[in-house]
Amino acid sequence: MTAAPVISAKNVNLVFETNDGPVHALKDVNLDIAKGEFVSFIGPSGCGKTTFLRCIAALETPTGGTLTVNGISPEEARKARSYGYVFQAAGLYPWRTIAGNVKLPLEIMGYTRADQEARVEKVLSLVDLGGFGKKFPWQLSGGMQQRASIARALAFDADILLMDEPFGALDEIVRDRLNEELLKLWAATSKTIGFVTHSIPEAVYLSTKIVVMSPRPGRIADVIDSPLPRGARPLEIRDSKEFLEIAHRVREGLRAGHAYEV
Amino acid sequence: MSRLLPILTVLAAIVVLWYGAAVGLNSQWTYDQAARAGAEPTFVDVIEDTMMQDRPVLPAPHQVAEGLWQGVAGQKITSKRSLVYHGWITLSATMAGFALGAAAGLLLAVGIVHSRAMDMSVMPWAIASQTIPILAIAPMVIVVLASLGIKGLIPKAIIAAYLSFFPVLVGMVKGLRAPDAMQLDLLSTYNASEPQAFWKLRLPSSMPYLFASLKVGIASALVGTIVAELPAGATQGLGARLLSGSYYGQTVQIWAALFGAAILAAGLVVIVGVIERVVLRQMGLVR
Repeated sequence: MTAAPVISAKNVNLVFETNDGPVHALKDVNLDIAKGEFVSFIGPSGCGKTTFLRCIAALETPTGGTLTVNGISPEEARKARSYGYVFQAAGLYPWRTIAGNVKLPLEIMGYTRADQEARVEKVLSLVDLGGFGKKFPWQLSGGMQQRASIARALAFDADILLMDEPFGALDEIVRDRLNEELLKLWAATSKTIGFVTHSIPEAVYLSTKIVVMSPRPGRIADVIDSPLPRGARPLEIRDSKEFLEIAHRVREGLRAGHAYEV
Repeated sequence: MSRLLPILTVLAAIVVLWYGAAVGLNSQWTYDQAARAGAEPTFVDVIEDTMMQDRPVLPAPHQVAEGLWQGVAGQKITSKRSLVYHGWITLSATMAGFALGAAAGLLLAVGIVHSRAMDMSVMPWAIASQTIPILAIAPMVIVVLASLGIKGLIPKAIIAAYLSFFPVLVGMVKGLRAPDAMQLDLLSTYNASEPQAFWKLRLPSSMPYLFASLKVGIASALVGTIVAELPAGATQGLGARLLSGSYYGQTVQIWAALFGAAILAAGLVVIVGVIERVVLRQMGLVR
């Protein structure tokens, strides 16, 4: 690897103090993410995948180890507005139109009005919502709302996109389409994407790198560099031999990490 | 019609019960008068008489309605006997007190939500303030302010504000805290400042809570104003009308003033409700 990693974790630990004693949410996490990668974090609930993403976003603070984002601390990266974050729920403001919602970060970050308009139009067409700007969130389906929330995260100049189970609440058919669109979007924007999921096909289909995590304590069980081609991948690729092999390895990684023991 | 029918049925039942109670409660006087005159009243006589006494224990509905009508439409509105005149006096103090109380409640809520110190220190006092009977504190406020030369609308407005700030405070503390952790995290990823979070998320999210508490607050303001008009000396307002009615045993006047106050309160709550519907619909918070 020639360029410095965009996200670099060395021995990252996070212990939550609870009434039932300390909970080791992350244990000795080591990971480098290079610029332009699409990295999925997969594992059962409690494996720390969301927690790790939140650490990158400075929404949680590791209790040990070093974590850098763009070479600086996550907190500094947050203040520099280095990333867009997409949550599982779209979380659009019902009192704002779709365009108004996408504009929210731009208003907060002090973009000029003309720039705001231009960016809103651009990202809305990027997520295939051109012409829906004047609609209110309740007038859109769940999938369209989630696309709007992705547009909101893309509207400002952040070269990292963090997505926490963004399609977790959607049905599989909508999800397939959004996955396909997300890959196109990634190719069009060349952002570095961190993507949390608990779906094996989703992780394998989307990623250049799959981080398999396991619970108690939350740790990395396996890191798989995908041999699948970068850029556009047809949905049919999921029937290919390579795809099934990676999916198998992910499953093995989960099993080795005792992820299937309940 | 299907919505009106249950309401009318209940109303009719109340009126029937009321007439029954009026006959029962007022008949004693009829019998006493008849006994004094040595007459033997028939049942029809009794019923007739209980419906038209000058100072009945319980005025019949039509007497109250007539009193109300006389008070509203039967006088020049500048007359001291006009309910419109007294209603206006009460309404103006209510609105002033409500504005004062709502503003105070709003500001305190903003402070409580943003400052842990205020959260710990203000809330217990706010709750304690509402445990003191307003009937006990109102005369003292009136007397103290009067000794300072402050009379008329302001003392009443202060007591109205004292009652109406509380629901607004409680409602807005809840409302400003309504955004969930995810919404606040999202703003944090934008590195939004606390004022930005307030104007763009907390305040809009609190609107349903604001209107719910404003409805309670405006009714409380009216109660506070009327209570403030009760202490001796007040000659204007629905409260004074209630008081003078009870001095002179004018039960019809009391009931007419009571209904006047109830209608006023209902009207104020309805107005807030209409504004609520328009605003929340505009904001996409109700459909």
